[in-house]
Amino acid sequence: MQKLKKYAATKAGRDAIISFGIVIIAFIVMQALLAADMVSSLLEGLLVPICAYVVMAVSLNLTVGILGELSLGHAGFMSVGAFSGIVAATCLSGTGAPEPVQLAVSIVIGGICAAIAGVIIGVPVLRLKGDYLAIVTLAFGEIIKNIVNVLYVGLDSSGLHFSLLEQRFELAEDGEMIINGAMGVSGVSRLSTFVSGFVLVLITLLLILNLINSRAGRAVMAVRDNKIAADSIGISTTRYKLMAFVISAAFAGMAGTLYGLNYTTTTANKFDFNTSILILVFVVLGGLGNIWGSVIAATLLTVLPEMLREVGDFRMLIYAILLIAMMLFNNSPLKQRILEKRGMKQMEKLEKAEQSGKEGA
Amino acid sequence: MAMLEVTSLGISFGGLRAVDELSMKIEKGGLVGLIGPNGAGKTTVFNMLTGVYRPTDGGIRLDGQNLIGKKPHEICRLGVARTFQNIRLFGGLTVLDNVKTGLHNEITYSLAESLFHLGGYRKKERQMDEKAMELLEVFGLGNVAGYQASNLPYGKQRKLEIARALATDPKLLLLDEPAAGMNPNETGELMETIELVRERFGVTVLLIEHDMKLVSGICEYLYVLNFGRLLAEGTPAEVLKNPEVVTAYLGE
Repeated sequence: MQKLKKYAATKAGRDAIISFGIVIIAFIVMQALLAADMVSSLLEGLLVPICAYVVMAVSLNLTVGILGELSLGHAGFMSVGAFSGIVAATCLSGTGAPEPVQLAVSIVIGGICAAIAGVIIGVPVLRLKGDYLAIVTLAFGEIIKNIVNVLYVGLDSSGLHFSLLEQRFELAEDGEMIINGAMGVSGVSRLSTFVSGFVLVLITLLLILNLINSRAGRAVMAVRDNKIAADSIGISTTRYKLMAFVISAAFAGMAGTLYGLNYTTTTANKFDFNTSILILVFVVLGGLGNIWGSVIAATLLTVLPEMLREVGDFRMLIYAILLIAMMLFNNSPLKQRILEKRGMKQMEKLEKAEQSGKEGA
Repeated sequence: MAMLEVTSLGISFGGLRAVDELSMKIEKGGLVGLIGPNGAGKTTVFNMLTGVYRPTDGGIRLDGQNLIGKKPHEICRLGVARTFQNIRLFGGLTVLDNVKTGLHNEITYSLAESLFHLGGYRKKERQMDEKAMELLEVFGLGNVAGYQASNLPYGKQRKLEIARALATDPKLLLLDEPAAGMNPNETGELMETIELVRERFGVTVLLIEHDMKLVSGICEYLYVLNFGRLLAEGTPAEVLKNPEVVTAYLGE
């Protein structure tokens, strides 16, 4: 107990307890509601996407909040993860391994493929900064979308076949097409479950919070706060920027696999610029660098538009107004004052402590 | 052999010759000042020493090792640490974490250990905490270790920057106007701190300063820069009597 209290007193400890607390409580409540059959089929269908979006938001927060670089192409990594994960799952489906194992392996493969894409994109892109970096990541997101749109992948007894632009391979009789160009994938066996999504969220939170609270994480934040100073104390800024970017891409890929294996059909257009922006909205609303904020924002903003279906035509109008209201609150003088007060209190405490120290001496 | 050897160092930005034919020698354990009017090129010299700028010509050697063409983080690993004229702290991190970041290459563990908090993580983090707290105590910052660095008052931010630089275990410490914006009391305190740092950590110090009281009070040797060229060098007493130096500072 004592240990827990001490842990909760640190900022890192507080963040971890809040993040895990929210996720675990939400999971237990949902499971109870599911058991009692009190969940609408609409919400039930949203459970896995919510988990995927939470992982997306947390991973994008690593790039935008912790590394401090605006990325507008995060859905691209989700796409890479989704399609490579689906290919992996299709290859594994014949092995007879239990479904959770198939899913886990597919997710790992999706993550690795997205990480590779992260390296390829990160090396040139991270030479830029600010708006320029944002624009180039946007372009890469679109490039990934367009490549997947003309990608043909098939599987038969002799292995995997790839081609671009048009189908240039003949499949044996037992073969099947996995990715069919702009038609995307269809007939995917739905491996993703709410429990697996929950586990992925927990793993993501654990690893990303661990990272933030470590030598590597401090180096990344140092680069964000002051690149020149970080250089001056011996931190290789290029290396840590790339590291954060690639880890972020890897988790986006895993979220993509989870998402892709939740639907029987998926097309590349699902992972377009709008999706990237949607996830960025989660991160900004949840607070840059605030991991549990991302979790809440991703959940609320995924559920909200669906819940608003009842109001029919006004749905997107209300959604937009709510978004604006939240943005306004985040920048409001009220919130600023609360934050300032906290800073002032620290200063006051400091002065008092000093005075008492001087009197003591 | 001198610890830091700078030979006919020069740099041009387009047509502007910011520093020209600068030669300096700093012995191990020395406390040397680099002074000069505004715009004389002092900070540019620091930027060349730490690899932020690449000199157009000349050489820099630290203990015989060439520093030209090395990246800033590589130069830091070779033992050169610095502070900045406009304070550059990691404002979003706590005071303690600022110093722990300085220990980045002193106490290391792998990325896997970072992600999973396994292996040496706990032990190394504890070592880091202890060493960082020790450094903070030296600068009287122990009681603010948990505060966000950007919330500290100005004087303490300066001290924190020096503490962070020392965390990298440097041979040579470059201080860029450490007394800027300080009142006479704080400057006096700072002078004591610099002396203390030199004795306790065995570092060689090169500092840029405008405050003549500080410079003549603690520096053993001075280099005077004017319009990017070396105007004079010598002990503080010699240099401050030099008519050319007086003219450079006060005009004809």
